[in-house]
Formats: sequence, structure tokens, C-alpha cells
Amino acid sequence: MHEIGLMETALRAAEEAALEAGARRIQRLHLRVGRLSGIEPDALRLAFDALRPGTLAENAQLDLELVPIVCRCQSCNLGFSPEDFTFLCPRCGTPSADTLQGRELELAAVEVSEA
Amino acid sequence: MKPSCETSSVSKVLHLGKDLLASNRQHAAANRARFDQAGVLVVNLLSSPGSGKTALLERTLGDLSSRWPMAVITGDLQTDNDARRLAGRGAPVVSIATGTLCHLEASMIARACQELDLSRLRLLFIENVGNLVCPAGYDLGETLRVVLMSVTEGEDKPLKYPLAFKSADAVVVSKTDLAQAAGFRREEALANLTVIVPQAQIFELSVQSGQGMDDFYRWLESALVSRCGAAVRH
Ligand SMILES: Nc1nc2c(ncn2[C@@H]2O[C@H](COP(=O)(O)OP(=O)(O)OP(=O)(O)O)[C@@H](O)[C@H]2O)c(=O)[nH]1
Ligand SMILES: [Mg+2]
Ligand SMILES: [Zn+2]
Repeated sequence: MHEIGLMETALRAAEEAALEAGARRIQRLHLRVGRLSGIEPDALRLAFDALRPGTLAENAQLDLELVPIVCRCQSCNLGFSPEDFTFLCPRCGTPSADTLQGRELELAAVEVSEA
Repeated sequence: MKPSCETSSVSKVLHLGKDLLASNRQHAAANRARFDQAGVLVVNLLSSPGSGKTALLERTLGDLSSRWPMAVITGDLQTDNDARRLAGRGAPVVSIATGTLCHLEASMIARACQELDLSRLRLLFIENVGNLVCPAGYDLGETLRVVLMSVTEGEDKPLKYPLAFKSADAVVVSKTDLAQAAGFRREEALANLTVIVPQAQIFELSVQSGQGMDDFYRWLESALVSRCGAAVRH
């Protein structure tokens, strides 16, 4: 529901980085979105389409990389990617509370050009 | 590289690795440092609209505000209804109108705290915007996070909103006085909570009948004691 605000942050950061590098256009944005970030990829795309006109990223492509959840079992130390949100260890069945990966919300990279 | 006869632009990739929640994280860390310094226990309450956050605070303030100095920050989309319900119960209440924003952010808490004398407080409750999705991703600098689900919402809430429940230090199953009328399947709900939030304390309570309130208060008290020995100081 706050995908618009996040996309604003991403676009601002992308534009700053582009200008700093002496570029005038953003060709591509690469965002990493964790499966446990609470963010809907579709809503991010809609936000991007709504916000890009008039920015350096007006004609840019948006790449969304969905980052899978990875847990580590506190009992048997197995690292695993859970099938659902119960985070049950596939080896010993212990429910896991913590994640090593999957909460990311990150502007990983931008591809820029001079014109 | 082949020389190009066109003025075709050469593109390059800038690796940024920029965390989009970095700003909130920084504000949350600053809040946490202030709360630590003041020795105040900060409890962030999350739930769907109507699960009973304000009702729980109404009762808690009524029962405990003479014992420990406490305050409330409430976030609400449009109104200050919740703040008005909580007024006059022995604790200052600061209301944040979030407008269209679906969650509280750490910077809003910092601003609201300017209206409070943290050094005089032992306990600060934050009632988040009624929403089980968005607030979950925003650390406010709180000490403890409490997620509520009422018996009228269905047993599968934790499965539908895992992100919020995963982040809870405690889960309150509220409105237990309505459990029978709602056909609440208690065992099923508790089983869902156990797999989704194995780490959380679970409190089943009703502000209406008072059932289960004492356990909740004891939990708050032990958190206060471990934070700063508050219970023995005052
Ligand atoms: N019977 C009964 N009703 C309750 C209980 N707790 C809350 N309610 C009722 O549930 C309704 C919603 O409670 P609120 O406290 O306003 O819920 P909330 O979570 O603050 O809602 P929002 O601020 O809109 O997100 C009110 O009519 C309360 O009186 C309870 O323990 N028993
Ligand atoms: Mg309320
Ligand atoms: Zn295991």
C-alpha cells in the first residue's frame, strides 16, 4: 500500500546517482524485492508507471528481482528456503523465527547513458 | 572496441545497493537511542482495524497509569477519535494524523516525542494505523511489538499476514468474551500462531470481562523491570 512512496525514494536515488555520474538518461532500474518485504511487485510496477513521466527514467525498464526467503534452523542449523510462511525446518520440523534473507527492499543498480 | 560512427550513447551500470528503507532505519535507531537513554519501555501495537488496540489501551491506562507514568502516541488516517477516547486517563496522548499514509514511520514518532517529556515516562504505547500489512515493515525504534487479533477475525489471520505476526514479541488474542458467539476455534488459532510466531508470548484476553488482563500486565511489568528496574523505583 505504500509502494508509491517507496518508488519515489527509488526514483530519486536513481536520478541522483545518474546525475552524479554525468548521465542524462536512465535506461534501466534494478530493484531487489524480498518475498518477506510485504511489497507487492505489481503495485511497484504501477507506481513506477505513474511516477516515471518527466523523470530521467521516463523510458526506463524496471527489473524486479524477487529475493527468496532463506531461514536457518535454530535447532539443527540447516539453511533452507521455506515453501510457505510457516518456516518449518524440512529436516527436523522446528519452526523458525528468523530469516537470513527475504526482507530486502533495495535499488540494486541503474543503467544510465549520456543521452 | 569498434569505433562507432553514430553518436550512440554508451550506457553504463551503476551499482548502488541502496536500501529503500534506510531513512526509516536511521530514524528508528535514533529513536531507540533516545528511548534507551530515557529508560522508557516503548510498545508498538499492530492490528487490523477494529481488533481492539484502543480498547486495550483504554483499559490499560485506566488500570496502570497511576502506577507507572505512561503516554500514548496514536496514529490514525483521518481522525483523532482514538486520542479522544484515551484522553483523561492519567496519561498524555499525542495524536498523529497520517493522512493517506498507511503506517507510522520512525520520523513521525520522533516528532510526536517532542510533545512528551520522555525522561518522566516509564512506558510509551504507540497505537499504529489499523493495518496488518504496511506497519510491519517499519521499525519505529520500539522495545516490543505487540500484534493483536480478535476472536471475531478468524483463526487464519497469522497465516494471511505472516509478516506482521513474524515480527511480534507478543500476540494478543482479543475479545475472548465473544469467542463462543463467534465460533472461535481456539486450538486452531493457537496452532497457527505457534508455527508462524514460535518466539512470541501469547495473551488471550478481554477488556470487556477483564479475563487475561493480569497476565498481560505482568508481562509489561517484567519488561519494565528488565529495562530499568522501574517497578521498584516508583
Ligand atoms: N466485546 C468486546 N468488544 C471489544 C473488546 N475490545 C474491543 N472491543 C470493541 O471492538 C471495537 C473496536 O475496538 P477498537 O479498540 O476501536 O479497535 P482498534 O484496533 O483501535 O481499531 P482502529 O483504531 O480503527 O484500527 C470497539 O467497538 C470495541 O468496543 C473486547 O475485549 N470485548
Ligand atoms: Mg484505534
Ligand atoms: Zn532443523
